[in-house]
Amino acid sequence: MSDPNQKIVAISPITGAKVELSADVEVGELIDDPETGEELEVVSIDPPELKPAPQEEEDWGE
Amino acid sequence: MARQPRVGVLCSLIRPEEKMLFQAFRSRGIEFEKIDDRQLILDLKQDSCPFDVVLERCINHSRALHTLKYYNDRGVYTVNSYETANICGDKLLTSLALAKAKVPIPGNLVAYTEESAIEAIEQMGYPVVLKPAVGSWGRLLAKVNDRDSAEAILEHKKILGSYHHSIYYIQEYIETGGCDIRAFVVGGECIAAIYRNAEHWITNTHRGAKASNCEINSELKKTAEAAAEAVKGDVVAIDLFETKDGYLVNEVNYTMEFRNSVTTTGVDIPGLIVDQVIKAGSRG
Repeated sequence: MSDPNQKIVAISPITGAKVELSADVEVGELIDDPETGEELEVVSIDPPELKPAPQEEEDWGE
Repeated sequence: MARQPRVGVLCSLIRPEEKMLFQAFRSRGIEFEKIDDRQLILDLKQDSCPFDVVLERCINHSRALHTLKYYNDRGVYTVNSYETANICGDKLLTSLALAKAKVPIPGNLVAYTEESAIEAIEQMGYPVVLKPAVGSWGRLLAKVNDRDSAEAILEHKKILGSYHHSIYYIQEYIETGGCDIRAFVVGGECIAAIYRNAEHWITNTHRGAKASNCEINSELKKTAEAAAEAVKGDVVAIDLFETKDGYLVNEVNYTMEFRNSVTTTGVDIPGLIVDQVIKAGSRG
């Protein structure tokens, strides 16, 4: 079982800075870039990889 | 020992809600398969699916709608159903379903041309709210205060919008002091409700409205549950206006967001949703 305190480190595709992800991070999860506040998507955990989140589309919602 | 239902969760981007739902499945020892709609290939000649139940959590309405139809046609129970998604994804169909079930709603008029829309707006009286029939998060809502703005907005919609925007859904403006209610209904029962307070007339939390707990009284419970039944929703969020004459149902959401409501209400909304999914999947 993963240690919830363990951190995974990825690189921000926007700033190039290190971004800490929690141990229970999910592929597809949205996180906020800590420097810019822009939304990022976790596209891979091993190795950790982030990309800018998709832009909102007209039929997005709930 | 009863067999565990085969559970799929249809999703794409993982928002806080999906993460809470995953945790609720795991804490109950229920395995599930994430179905990313961005990687999904639906074979229309394939008759069966490897699921007893699918929880729909797509962010795109159109993908949710078509995939739910695919699963339902193959005998897979989905939360919610294609029928519910189809009704709730379209404000006009929602209002029709609520009106048919005698659930109280604000005044609504529908018109198809600029001329008839102006006539409908003036018949209703200013201000009115113009809404796209399909859309969420308060996007492209317009409060129309006079004839000049009505003419301008209708012209913009016709010229700049897709054909969807030429279906003019006109709603009576209900003065609520920037506050409405969102009630959560799971398995036919109203389990929690929040007030959404905003300085703007649009009270969506995506636009900065603040959530606070709303005590569920018998009238709110009855109205919210009747709205859920009208759209045949297993797991839905009902948006209501509180007026001096009672509650009016504004909209019904079928892939509800609740990130601001669990702590606010003290109700384990994701846990109750997951219990409803497991119950549905265990029906055999």
